[in-house]
Amino acid sequence: MAKHVVAAVGDIPPGTRRLAQVNGRAIVVFNLGGEFFALNNRCPHRGGSLCQGRQTGLVESDGPGNYRYSRPGEIIRCPWHGWEFDIRTGQSWCDPTRVRARPYTVSVQPGTRLVAGPYVAETVPVSVENDYVVVEA
Amino acid sequence: MNIEVRQPQLGAKARVGIFDCDIHPKSSLEDLRPYLSNRWWDYLQTYGQRQRHGYVKGFPYPKSQPLASRRDSWPPGGGLPASDLDFMRQQHLDFYGIEWGVMNPLSPTGQGEQNDELSAAMAFAANEYQLEGWNRRDPRLKASVVIPYENSEMSCAEIRKRAGDRRFAHVLFLSRTSELLGKRRYWPIFEAAVEAGLPIGVHVFGSSGRPMSSTGWPSFYIEEITEHSASLQASVASLIVEGVFERFPELKIVLIEAGFAWIPALGWRLDQNWKRMKDEVPHLKRAPSEYLREHFWVSTQPMEEAEDPDHVIDVMEWIGWDKILFASDYPHWDFDDPFLALPPSLSEERRNKIYSGNAKALYRFD
Repeated sequence: MAKHVVAAVGDIPPGTRRLAQVNGRAIVVFNLGGEFFALNNRCPHRGGSLCQGRQTGLVESDGPGNYRYSRPGEIIRCPWHGWEFDIRTGQSWCDPTRVRARPYTVSVQPGTRLVAGPYVAETVPVSVENDYVVVEA
Repeated sequence: MNIEVRQPQLGAKARVGIFDCDIHPKSSLEDLRPYLSNRWWDYLQTYGQRQRHGYVKGFPYPKSQPLASRRDSWPPGGGLPASDLDFMRQQHLDFYGIEWGVMNPLSPTGQGEQNDELSAAMAFAANEYQLEGWNRRDPRLKASVVIPYENSEMSCAEIRKRAGDRRFAHVLFLSRTSELLGKRRYWPIFEAAVEAGLPIGVHVFGSSGRPMSSTGWPSFYIEEITEHSASLQASVASLIVEGVFERFPELKIVLIEAGFAWIPALGWRLDQNWKRMKDEVPHLKRAPSEYLREHFWVSTQPMEEAEDPDHVIDVMEWIGWDKILFASDYPHWDFDDPFLALPPSLSEERRNKIYSGNAKALYRFD
């Protein structure tokens, strides 16, 4: 699996996401409070573009009238049929045993290392002064 | 940066041009204004519309997504989903290679309005706007004859106005009529549609003035959207048992957005009871399931998702491979992607019928 530089860290501030094209694949990269995660942009249910969905939290209930809302912003909701996926793992909350949005390994690398290679910087100019988001795909 | 520009050829299998039987263009009341008399414009400003729903302004249930629309369908230039033809072309018509689409406008159209004359005036305006605002600019988009279906005389007048105009695909009902659809009050409408050579499209929703289940209002939206098939079952049974198809053997009915897996079970149940109770309905000359198979077409969306896809294929087999029409429901949230909606194991021939051949034969667009 090749490593691809998809953005400078500053291009994806915490709470935002960004779509990257890696080897012809659309991958959406999320910044959750400084941690980066990446999912295949194509919803595994019926193909909606996850990047255009809404980031929401986890709603749990153990009975009518009792609700807990946790992990705000860590769940992506498909813009079409509303299937929800855990941004950290890709796990589906609709059908957790059978369906998962494909996750990719993401890391942050300093420009000093990237300039030396063996990274593929497709469209992102790399300089030694910055840190970069790197997706393995 | 956050819009994925997908390549239309991503759908792997070669495809015929798609005929999409359910597209919802959005117009505003302001769009209809040129086609409304001053009287009705002033009336709308002063009194507004009165749907046959008690105590409800807007949707009776919160939708799954805002305006029940795909979140990616809001035009970048502003406006409501499916209100901008250029964006609809880019996201849907051109992207999927839609050869023809049938517009089923849902509001504002005056359907289900308490004031019959206002209902008729708005239906006329909605029809004019489909032609001027959409079909004239993109002739792929065929119009529906919107009718004030609770008043058959006014509905017939509107149908006769549009008869022979090939820009119209069918006559549009919503499924929650104030009486079951087979009742005689609607027969003049069926007669006018047959005379005009137009099928009747029945799209789910509508304001009947009654709770949407026969035992009251459900609590949740999930019940509302599931209930469409139940209310349509009652009207499909009514159309068959009242003898509508004996009286109008040319009548064709398209069921839009109601699912279809319930249809074989309805046919079995009707046939079973008909064998025992034929003398109650001597006007029926054939088994109910024969009328069901001959006179009804179904649209695919929302495509049934069974654990075992072969079960869906069995149901399609029962309904008939000539009777199934592809529909996307663009721009609504439960949209079906034309490239992914159908079970992958369908043969090329059946796929092409559902995508295009059946609709061309039914609507006679060549």
